[in-house]
Amino acid sequence: MIASVDYCMSQDGTSTMMIRELESLGFTAPKTVKGMAMVIDHNSPCPSVEVAKIHSKMRSFSKASSIPLFDIGEGVCHQVIPESGKVSPGDLVVGADSHTCTYGALNACATGLGSADVAAAAHTGKLWFKVPHSIQIAVAGKFSDRVGAKDLALHATAVLTADGATYKSIEYTGEAVQSLEMDGRFTLANMSVETGAKFCPFACDSKTSAWLALHGVMVQGTVFSDEHAVFEKSLDIDASALVPKVARPHAVDNVCDASTLRGVQIQQAFLGTCTNGRLSDLASAATILKGRRVKTGVRLIVAPASRAILFQAMEAGVASALLKAGATFVAPGCGPCVGTHAGIPSDGENVVSTANRNFRGRMGNNKDVGIYLASPETVAASALMGEITDPREVQSR
Amino acid sequence: MIIEGRVHRFAPNDDINTDYIISGRYKFKIDDMNELAKHVMEDIDPGFASRVAQGDVIVAGRNFGCGSSREQAPRALKAAGVAAVVAKSYARIFYRSAFNIGLPLVECDTDWIGKDDIISIDLGTGSVISKTTGQSAKATAIPKTMQILLADGGLIPHLKKHNGFALE
Repeated sequence: MIASVDYCMSQDGTSTMMIRELESLGFTAPKTVKGMAMVIDHNSPCPSVEVAKIHSKMRSFSKASSIPLFDIGEGVCHQVIPESGKVSPGDLVVGADSHTCTYGALNACATGLGSADVAAAAHTGKLWFKVPHSIQIAVAGKFSDRVGAKDLALHATAVLTADGATYKSIEYTGEAVQSLEMDGRFTLANMSVETGAKFCPFACDSKTSAWLALHGVMVQGTVFSDEHAVFEKSLDIDASALVPKVARPHAVDNVCDASTLRGVQIQQAFLGTCTNGRLSDLASAATILKGRRVKTGVRLIVAPASRAILFQAMEAGVASALLKAGATFVAPGCGPCVGTHAGIPSDGENVVSTANRNFRGRMGNNKDVGIYLASPETVAASALMGEITDPREVQSR
Repeated sequence: MIIEGRVHRFAPNDDINTDYIISGRYKFKIDDMNELAKHVMEDIDPGFASRVAQGDVIVAGRNFGCGSSREQAPRALKAAGVAAVVAKSYARIFYRSAFNIGLPLVECDTDWIGKDDIISIDLGTGSVISKTTGQSAKATAIPKTMQILLADGGLIPHLKKHNGFALE
């Protein structure tokens, strides 16, 4: 079917191809309902002359076409776009970044696409879609202490596998999901693409409305699955039985319990990204690291998901707690997740990270580097101990 | 349309992600696809870019092209000379993007296809034949939408030709 698109976006790794296509189409202004935006986040601030040319092209195009550009230091696109108030319940959003599905947390259908598809959406206001079947993930019970959305996301990825939800829409439901604050729902929606999912819309409740209101969006209508909805598949997960999880190198569905990896030495710990760079993520890590120092020999890198989050972390004392523990803050943005700058590991090193991908070479070095994906709490506990550590084994301060 | 070329296979066979197809080390700073083509598959097969010849075919298992949305992945493969990919299944974004930029993808069982086989793919009938072993398979029919995009030379040429979408 051909559907009307509400909003679209691209980032500095995907914009130049989109711009070339738009220029060749004689583009003047976006025809999407609420327009579009570009974000410089993957190489921010600019690390090289080559990238400077790409950024420069984005800035000129933004100026010439009056398209909003979030420049360096504003943050990761998938935090900045929701913060900008451009995503509302019921919206159809496309982005030239695979983690565009993150906006599903706001009761939207949002999905990542290539640059040509996003150019087509911007130029015509429309795009072709297949209507996906849905998979329900019903999460009952309550999360235990120091177990949360990231552990659930990793567990669900392991159960579904890397292609278990290809071309499907995932719907998380149940008491444990309702209990999650918006930050946790963003984490779950973000990770849905690691199973191949197209959309991951969450129900709109009072928490969603409150978050949106804080960012200038009044909820006018919502979308939801009624009680007769037919799911292609349903998974039942008991939140109270979940424990801290880790995805081992080099696949996101290669998941085990954090406690089984004790003894795996780490040289770098990374807290941030569109998965886990939000205030509650930084605050959870700070509850473990406050008043302590990370293990000698471990580099803890923190990239807040946005300028607003960095500011909130400063106001709340979270940033100072992390700094005192030895953290190195880098600019709000993607940080070292994609291996372009700001924390490329050395040969043979292990990294424990809150990011969403651990493919070989992902962080910029493919020479025997192991990336272990985990929750902010597990990353903090591991940074403290110098080895992968179940955060329940570390006392709170 | 018939494509005939030499087969390249990789380890891993399944879940070959777009980071492996073209690493972020290059794709974020190199904007020229012919330059990027010199680094395709580098993280899982460092010699591939120098071995691949115009018209060659990549053969893989499940979920080819998973991960990042980077359109540089199909574009760099095409620029490197790859004429088609044959795999058991594809990740969604890569699937759309490949047809959008004019790289045909064929879906069938691939366990029987050997590295270095010469295979012949008939995009019209879906027949895939190894000229080396004589074995063959019938691929899933390429959906109508993708056939139209391919015939028009990709998504953007399609929009220009029809002044909008003409897929139905």
